[in-house]
Amino acid sequence: MLEIKNLHVSLEEEEKEILKGVDLTVEAGTVHAIMGPNGSGKSTLSYVLSGRGGYEVTEGTATLEGEDVLEMEPEERAAAGLFLAFQYPVEIPGVGNMTFLRTALNAQRKARGEEEISAADFLKLIREKAKALKIDADMLKRPVNVGFSGGEKKRNEILQMAMLEPRMCILDETDSGLDVDAMKLVSEGVNALRDAGRGFLVITHYQRLLDHIKPDVVHIMADGRIVKTGGPELALEVEHNGYAGILAEVA
Amino acid sequence: MALAKVKMDATEARLASVALPQSPAWAQKAREDALGRLRAAGLPGRRDEYWKFTNPTDLISPEAPEAAVFNAGDESPVFGDIDRLRIVFVDGVFDPDASDDLEMAGVEIDRLGDPAAPDLHWARDLYGVLEARGQTPVARPLATLNTAAAADGVLIRVTGKAPRPISLSYLHSDPASDATLHHVVRVEAGGELTILENGPAAARFNKCMEIDIADGAAFHHVRAQGRDHERRAVTHMFVRLGTESTYKSFTLTANGVMTRNEQVVELTGDNAIAHVAGAALGDGDFHHDDTVFVTHDAINCESRQVFKKVLRNGATGVFQGKILVKPDAQKTDGYQISQALLLDGDSQFLAKPELEIYADDVACSHGSTSGAIDETALFYLRSRGVPTKDAQDLLVLAFLTEAIEEIEDEAIGDDIRSRLEGWLARRRS
Repeated sequence: MLEIKNLHVSLEEEEKEILKGVDLTVEAGTVHAIMGPNGSGKSTLSYVLSGRGGYEVTEGTATLEGEDVLEMEPEERAAAGLFLAFQYPVEIPGVGNMTFLRTALNAQRKARGEEEISAADFLKLIREKAKALKIDADMLKRPVNVGFSGGEKKRNEILQMAMLEPRMCILDETDSGLDVDAMKLVSEGVNALRDAGRGFLVITHYQRLLDHIKPDVVHIMADGRIVKTGGPELALEVEHNGYAGILAEVA
Repeated sequence: MALAKVKMDATEARLASVALPQSPAWAQKAREDALGRLRAAGLPGRRDEYWKFTNPTDLISPEAPEAAVFNAGDESPVFGDIDRLRIVFVDGVFDPDASDDLEMAGVEIDRLGDPAAPDLHWARDLYGVLEARGQTPVARPLATLNTAAAADGVLIRVTGKAPRPISLSYLHSDPASDATLHHVVRVEAGGELTILENGPAAARFNKCMEIDIADGAAFHHVRAQGRDHERRAVTHMFVRLGTESTYKSFTLTANGVMTRNEQVVELTGDNAIAHVAGAALGDGDFHHDDTVFVTHDAINCESRQVFKKVLRNGATGVFQGKILVKPDAQKTDGYQISQALLLDGDSQFLAKPELEIYADDVACSHGSTSGAIDETALFYLRSRGVPTKDAQDLLVLAFLTEAIEEIEDEAIGDDIRSRLEGWLARRRS
């Protein structure tokens, strides 16, 4: 599904290398987690994959089902099936949440040569998906993320994911700022999307989220590289011993 | 203080090119009075503080600079789908054939330029009167010129709830036309009226509207100033509000090489509400100036000013907005926001927001910003699959939303929104 090879990335504005050769393959139907201390490059990886400006890829490749995603515009990546759930979802005053979602969904369909969804079908679909995430009609009508609580913003990200049905989902610290109940809701939303044709990359600091979204593979990232890969037990090790122990071990 | 010679000469030169109209006797005194006031004040000059951001030269020149007539082709006219009583002026001249009969339940409609018009005592009490009141503390000589020189306009007295809006359509057909219109509206206690205005009117247009809104009455105003690129316009709305009355005005300005829209609003009765809003879209040779003066002179009144401008390719936006709260105007709620979205580095926004408050129990706020498209929001939209240009347009519309939402009537608001979308779409091809 997603194949990253020897990816080196620097900040555009200063000559600072953030990713120093990341190798990672996420197969369809699996959930991979990336854990790591602050500043290890986890979020940078998610931004580079989604096409945010300000980064320069100096070496390496990233492909989605064999297609070079790094060459694509952000909207092309989305249409190709890549989705990033933002750590800090953006507020857009003046754009209604529904309008936003419908515009996005239809833009992706158009880009893939599919027909636009009818207003009635869209409404039916969004009501059903929103209900599962306990997103009420008011939240759908309000401008995108404006006045939403931290938990509401994250639920709104998952709603977008559920509506757009991407093939490859990247979740950037989706657990940050969530209380236990919200984390459960969000996780249920993610788990509902797990299927054989879809890959997940879950970025998190803490093992907590992985109690709810059970990963198949756990990677530890430090200083711009994947330094250790293992099964779910690796997350528990982090929980018990912290990163210091693991980093000392691989150093 | 004697008027500077340069101003006096400019004023006389302008007056020499105006054919002062034969008007009904009732308006004659107001016109003569205006002429006297104009000669005392002089037309605006480049050095006047109130014209610091806008060069009045082309608005005061003896001849109107020419403006090509824009051909809209088969595009549907603005407000075309709104059920309305239509009054049409071509280059500032009333067109009876294109206009509906000036008759509507609860509303009396006459024309300033109709030699057979009766002596309307209510109009006599307002014509040039609100304009003259609006001259202090800041002079607005182009409105005074209008009172002296306007050959036509409508005189509307509303005694009930008007069943449909009155639309004033200003068509432009002569590239050298110079039009002056003066309207007077009196909404009697409990009455309600919506006026729609559309079109460029002429190569140069000087329009004045005096509106007296009695106790418990409501007046709504929505206008679109046409598609012509080269036209020039100076407009004034002088509004007086009585107790528990409402005034709401929205203006869409897309195109036009020079526009100065002044609003002078006086809240004279308790619990009155005045909202003035505008959306301006400028591309290239475009100078757009909103100058607003709201005076709170009664208790517990609310005023809002919401002005948004989208500028590109060297377009200029100006906002001069003032809220004056008089000593007894306690519990005043005043709000003012002026914002510009600059789509490139060549465009500019000049703003002078002012509050002057003499009462101690008031809530007044104002803000003014200018900036580029929010890159973070743009990326967010793109990351969800929305192509860059669509995302930009969506953000431009979002930026304008607060102003458009000031339009109460949904159908009219949708019409205005579709014009904005049209403007954006035309800039993509």
